[in-house]
Amino acid sequence: MVMLVLNGGKMKQFIQGLKDGSAIGIGYLSVSFTFGLVAVSSGLCWWEALLVSMMNLTSAGQFAGITIMAAAGSYIELAVSQLVINLRYALMSISLSQKVDQRFHAGRKMLLGFAVTDEIFAVAMSRENELSAQYFAGLAVLPYLGWTCGTLAGAVCGNILPQSVSDALGLAIYGMFIAIIVPAMKKDRRVLKITLLAVLLSFGMYYLPGVSKISSGFAVIICAVAASAVGAVCLPIEETQEET
Amino acid sequence: MNTGAFWIYLLVMFAVTYLIRVLPFAAFHKKIENKFMRSFLAYIPYTVLGAMTFPAVFYAAGSFAASAAGVATALAAAYRGKGLFTVAVFASLAALLTGMILQVVG
Repeated sequence: MVMLVLNGGKMKQFIQGLKDGSAIGIGYLSVSFTFGLVAVSSGLCWWEALLVSMMNLTSAGQFAGITIMAAAGSYIELAVSQLVINLRYALMSISLSQKVDQRFHAGRKMLLGFAVTDEIFAVAMSRENELSAQYFAGLAVLPYLGWTCGTLAGAVCGNILPQSVSDALGLAIYGMFIAIIVPAMKKDRRVLKITLLAVLLSFGMYYLPGVSKISSGFAVIICAVAASAVGAVCLPIEETQEET
Repeated sequence: MNTGAFWIYLLVMFAVTYLIRVLPFAAFHKKIENKFMRSFLAYIPYTVLGAMTFPAVFYAAGSFAASAAGVATALAAAYRGKGLFTVAVFASLAALLTGMILQVVG
C-alpha cells in the first residue's frame, strides 16, 4: 500500500509536469517548424535537421549552428559559438540546482539537465515547492516532442518549397532573433544601449578592412563578449529575476 | 557539406550544449554572487543575437531591398509585441513580396 501511495504521488507529479509543459510544447511546434524549414533551405537533409533538434533542444544555438555548418565553418568556431550562445543555460542550471529536492540525484540531473531551456526553466522556477525529478521529467516531455515533431514537419515541407520562398525564409531565423531582442530592448534601456553597441561593433567588423577577414562566427562572439563586458562594467544589472 | 563532417558538427554541438547545461546543474550548490558575471551573463543573449543578426540579415533574402523590407517589418512587428513565429512569418512575407515586385518592375 505504501508503495502504491508513493507511486501515486510520483505519478501525480509527473502528470502535473506534463500539463504545465503542454503550452511550451505547442509553442515549440512553430519555432521548430521554422527551424526545420531553414535547416533544409541551408542545405541539411531532413534527418540531419531532425537529429540536430533531437540532440540539442535549443533555438538560438541550433540556428547559429546550422549557419556555421552551411558556411562550412570550423569545429572550434561551432563549439565556441554554442558555448557563448548557450552560456545562459549555465546560469539557469545553477539556479535550478538550488531548487531541486534531495532525491533529484546526480544521475537524474545528468539525464534531465539536458532539457533545460528558457521556457522549461521559467516554468520550473515558478513552482512554489522544491522540484522533484518526476515533475521535471513530465515538464520536459511535451516540449521535447513538440520540438522534434515541428522540426520534422518543417524539414519535410522545406524540401518541396520553390526557391523564391526558401530565399524569403532565409529571413525567418533573423526575424525570430529580432522578436527576442526588441521586446527586451524596449523594456530596459541598458539592454537597448548594450545591444546597440554589439550591433555597431558587428557592423564595424563586417565592413572595416582588415578585421572583416575574421570569420563571422568568431566576429559575433567577439562583439557579444566585448559589448556585454562593457555593459557589466558601465551599466551593471542588479537584477531581481533570472533572465528567462 | 559531406555526411562525415555533419556527424562531427553534430557531436561538437551536442557535447558543448549538453555539458553547459548539465555540469552546472550537477556541480553547483552556491549561487554566483559576482556582480560583473551576473550582469555579463544577463547581457549575453541579446548581444549575441544582435551581433548575429546585423548586418548579416541584409544579405539573407536574395536581394538587399527584399532583406531590408523584411528587417523593417520584423522590427515593427517585434516592437508591437508579436511572437517569434509571427514576426518570422511577417518578415519572410515582406521579403517575398518585395522580391516579387522587384522581379515584375525590373
